[in-house]
Amino acid sequence: MLKYQFDWGVITSGKYFEWLVSGVKVTLQLSSISILLSFILGLLIAVMRMSNFKPIRWFAVAYLEFFRNTPLLVQIFFWYFGSYKILPEGINNWLNEHNFEFASAVIALTIYTSAFIAEDIRSGVLSIPKEQMEAARSSGFSYLSSMRYIILPEAIRLTVPPLIGQFLNLAKNSSLAMTIGVAEITYQARQVESYTFKGFEAFTAATLVYLSLSLLITFIVNEYDKRYLKIIKEQ
Amino acid sequence: MAAFDFSVITNNIVYFMIGRYPQGPLGGLGLTIYLAVVSCVLSFFGGLILGLMNVSHRWYLKYPSKIVIHLVRGLPLLMVIFWMYFLLPALLGKTVPETTTVIMALTIFTSAYMSQIVKAGIQGVPRGQMEAALATGLKPWQAMLYIILPQGLRNMIPSFVNQFVSMIKDTSLAFIVGVSELTHVATQINNRTMAYPFEIFTFIAVVYFIICYAFISFSRYLEKRSAWKKSI
Repeated sequence: MLKYQFDWGVITSGKYFEWLVSGVKVTLQLSSISILLSFILGLLIAVMRMSNFKPIRWFAVAYLEFFRNTPLLVQIFFWYFGSYKILPEGINNWLNEHNFEFASAVIALTIYTSAFIAEDIRSGVLSIPKEQMEAARSSGFSYLSSMRYIILPEAIRLTVPPLIGQFLNLAKNSSLAMTIGVAEITYQARQVESYTFKGFEAFTAATLVYLSLSLLITFIVNEYDKRYLKIIKEQ
Repeated sequence: MAAFDFSVITNNIVYFMIGRYPQGPLGGLGLTIYLAVVSCVLSFFGGLILGLMNVSHRWYLKYPSKIVIHLVRGLPLLMVIFWMYFLLPALLGKTVPETTTVIMALTIFTSAYMSQIVKAGIQGVPRGQMEAALATGLKPWQAMLYIILPQGLRNMIPSFVNQFVSMIKDTSLAFIVGVSELTHVATQINNRTMAYPFEIFTFIAVVYFIICYAFISFSRYLEKRSAWKKSI
């Protein structure tokens, strides 16, 4: 420990600094694309989960249980190594020409996170009094349009804090994409370490990136709670 | 679309389950469960200590625990594993086996989450219990140890089981430092056979799912039972 020479210059300027910055960019790209897609997918699954039509509900339950109870790493490997057998050839060719690692990571993260988001949305919907649904149905809305115009807009407002929390989880989980060669921040820190043997400096940089992201998100959730949810709860 | 051939699973089933044991070290699913159980027991105590420090009124107990909890919860597990991988040998001045590295990382990571469960469990015990215990002349630590914790821990059991399920899923990250648990064994077989990634990764996903789902169902059953007990 005492023999270790710290050299912060390695990571604060030059080539290695640029590597780390590009890693941060990829992490943010990966997380923002995946959070958008998994929100849409999660919304769909949540509505299916609450449907009265049994086969659709069962499908949604199976989806939720399976993807929440298998490790994300295995899902990433599945999409990266194994997906070519179940995807049509056209999609495979398109993926191979483009950034296949990045696409597999997006697919795996999206499907994994959508299962958690669906449960968040469902508990948001369950906290809306059921009279709202009854009132909507009795004034002539169909099940889907009362969901669309009455229940979901209310529920999503309550679900915003857990959803922002899911974004943080997603950003942390995206570190697993390094295992299939996506050059996000953990991957770049590892690269810098193996080129310079300055592991402490490189991992400190990556740690600071994750910590500032988590502080920022905690701050946003608290502000949202103060500004919007308090008003709803007081009414 | 190619046909599926699951003979790669049946041919390697023993290797998937226990690795090279008894001739060599334990691997595969056996090592996954070993890692999860050992880390879970250790992080139960870690979480208990951090959680008790967190609810303490003494600043020198409360703030260090808060810093550790926020620090660890802001990091991905992969990052904690890398830190252990570099820090432990530097601190101890000798090489550390990968399995130990992973157990340490999992323990530290999960302790931070367990501490929140412990905190919620302690705060869930009615205030009157603490006041009554102090009024009968127990010292604060005795009241905590003999009165509050036994009641609180009972309420925490379902959450502990859920945490154990997360732990089983998290052990897959041991792959990154070369510990030959189930996911690592799967990538090994995949590299050797080349042609059956779909079959291999579907199989281990199903294995993880069966174990995790069994424990999740158990924790839901416990939750329902304790809710029913409270209602009467």
